[in-house]
Amino acid sequence: MTPAAVQDGLLPYHRRLGRSLRDVLLAKGVFTDAELQREIAQIDSPTPGNGARLVARAWVDTAFKHRLLENARAAAAELGIDTGPRPLRVVESTRAVHNIIVCTLCSCYPRFLLGQPPAWYKSKAYRSRVVREPRAVLAEFGTHLPADMIVRVHDSTAELRYMVLPLRPDGTATLDEAALRALVTRDCLIGAEIVRAPATLQT
Amino acid sequence: MNRRFAVGDGVRVRVAEPPGHVRTPHYCRGRIGVVIECLGAFANPERLAYRHTGSAPVPLYRVRFRNAELWPSQHAGIDETEIEIFEHWLEPAPAATHA
Repeated sequence: MTPAAVQDGLLPYHRRLGRSLRDVLLAKGVFTDAELQREIAQIDSPTPGNGARLVARAWVDTAFKHRLLENARAAAAELGIDTGPRPLRVVESTRAVHNIIVCTLCSCYPRFLLGQPPAWYKSKAYRSRVVREPRAVLAEFGTHLPADMIVRVHDSTAELRYMVLPLRPDGTATLDEAALRALVTRDCLIGAEIVRAPATLQT
Repeated sequence: MNRRFAVGDGVRVRVAEPPGHVRTPHYCRGRIGVVIECLGAFANPERLAYRHTGSAPVPLYRVRFRNAELWPSQHAGIDETEIEIFEHWLEPAPAATHA
């Protein structure tokens, strides 16, 4: 049988290499196709919704917020969320400091919690520019911050993975936890954007 | 675990160009920052990447830099960058300007 990867001559080199390796491992019985599919499903299953749940709970429960900042793994476990094998650090954005995450060396990201990173997060443009000119990059995401607010870039170069606890927007005091959760997008958890109140609540 | 640095210490990142799997970004080499957290000791990725698993774990720190220190030619203002750096990349430095 011709390995599936060889049939498509247009595949980029590394994809072809990966598929060929997969086919060889399957042929040798190192793992089964069912095991492979389960693993792929597992990798694809986390979503930014996990992070949004942590954020919304932290906004409505100050004691939980402190636990989340102190030990994210233990706090997430309270909500039945597994943060994965790597230590997770949650950094809190305030009126004084805005946090934004990058991995300049590759594309380290809390995948186990939030799923796969967006393509822009892995791009050389983002990785090289956000450390050098963070405010210009933020502005391209529509995020304009006061001059007296510190922008703090976290370069995940080694063992920790980072998630931003964004600032709760003004005008959301009447929203319950579920409504707050819906405001928190993936890009807010990276710090590229700030969380905005629904237009109906904005003054 | 013996640590060379404590929270609040000023540190300068070594200027070196070793080959291989190095987790210290070029843009911070030679720059001065301040230790803000000691994370414990971890296997040295520079050895682990080549399957040398037997060596002693190396203390890892979170180091905060002023962007003005990292990028002198930019108008970095008050912004900051925090980087995880292994101990063998750090040497003592005055931290007076990083309070």
